[in-house]
Amino acid sequence: MSSVRALTALTRTLKPLDAYALGLGDDALIASHRLSEWLTHAPDLEEEVALANVALDQLGQARYLLGYAGRSSGLTEDELAYQRADREYRNCLLVELPNGDFAHTILRLLFFSAYQRQLYAALGESTDGELAAFAKKACVEVDYHYEYAASWVLRLGDGTEESHDRAVAALAELWPYTAELFAGDDRLSALAAEGLVPEPERIQGPWMEQVGSILAEATLGTSPSGTWRPGGGRDGVHTEALSHLLAEMQSVYRAHPGAAW
Amino acid sequence: MSEAEFPLWEVFVRARRGLSHQHVGSLHAPDAEVALRRARDLYTRRGEGVSIWVVPSGAVSASDPGEKEPYFTPARDKDYRNPTYYELPREVRGL
Repeated sequence: MSSVRALTALTRTLKPLDAYALGLGDDALIASHRLSEWLTHAPDLEEEVALANVALDQLGQARYLLGYAGRSSGLTEDELAYQRADREYRNCLLVELPNGDFAHTILRLLFFSAYQRQLYAALGESTDGELAAFAKKACVEVDYHYEYAASWVLRLGDGTEESHDRAVAALAELWPYTAELFAGDDRLSALAAEGLVPEPERIQGPWMEQVGSILAEATLGTSPSGTWRPGGGRDGVHTEALSHLLAEMQSVYRAHPGAAW
Repeated sequence: MSEAEFPLWEVFVRARRGLSHQHVGSLHAPDAEVALRRARDLYTRRGEGVSIWVVPSGAVSASDPGEKEPYFTPARDKDYRNPTYYELPREVRGL
């Protein structure tokens, strides 16, 4: 019999700020896992190391945030990462989508790192000193992720006909998912009112400006229009891709509960 | 594919202030900016450096291995070129 406890209804029992940190931690963890899937599949050896470095930075952020989120409930980062099913994950949908081609990964990283950049910069002024200290440190890392993604977006958009077409296709697929990054709700507003976390609107403007200027410079045009704006990740309603990802990520832990090295 | 399209670059890393850049290896990259970034990811991920140079490998002029003898042997028996025949004054001990 497995000793793995099912962590259900978890986020209903977490304190609001812990639940918020869990969402950010899940973003970083799932983003990290998707990036790590490029290992042995990257276009060349140099790019593989670059993607792995970004994945490791994200994993480090995830470890801190999950540890923070679970501390007052007595849950470890491992329990949170490995014992939750997809409905208990709080990441945005953008990070869980399957990798696709290199252009897909790079455009997603541009959107995601630009978001983390604005978010962490604002979170660095949080009235929660510990989260603020984390955000300031993580800012330096995501600044680099953003520079890395932006310089590749410029090269793909302005490169060959094929790289341009692939970048355009990735942009069209990913853009609708970016709306969820800036979705607010009552819990968030309550935290923001106490100065603990930034209001989503506060980071959306600068994000648009930053991403828009890169897309324009990369000759990828303006952001696509359209009204389909999927969401639900923050409430545990995910695409089918997440459960497949978790099945792989959690397989060793679930096969050997409590194993350590 | 990358071999054909991406040229080779030589990477030099300066470990800290006051030291000179040392050659640490080479990598493939489409242009200088990407080469610098890749050098950062490949050669400074354990905190090895504070500054990186990348140089197109084609821009390096190298001595001919076949000319090794005339190039380097004459220096071997001229130990008077090494500063071993005078004593350093105490005042400049830190030189």
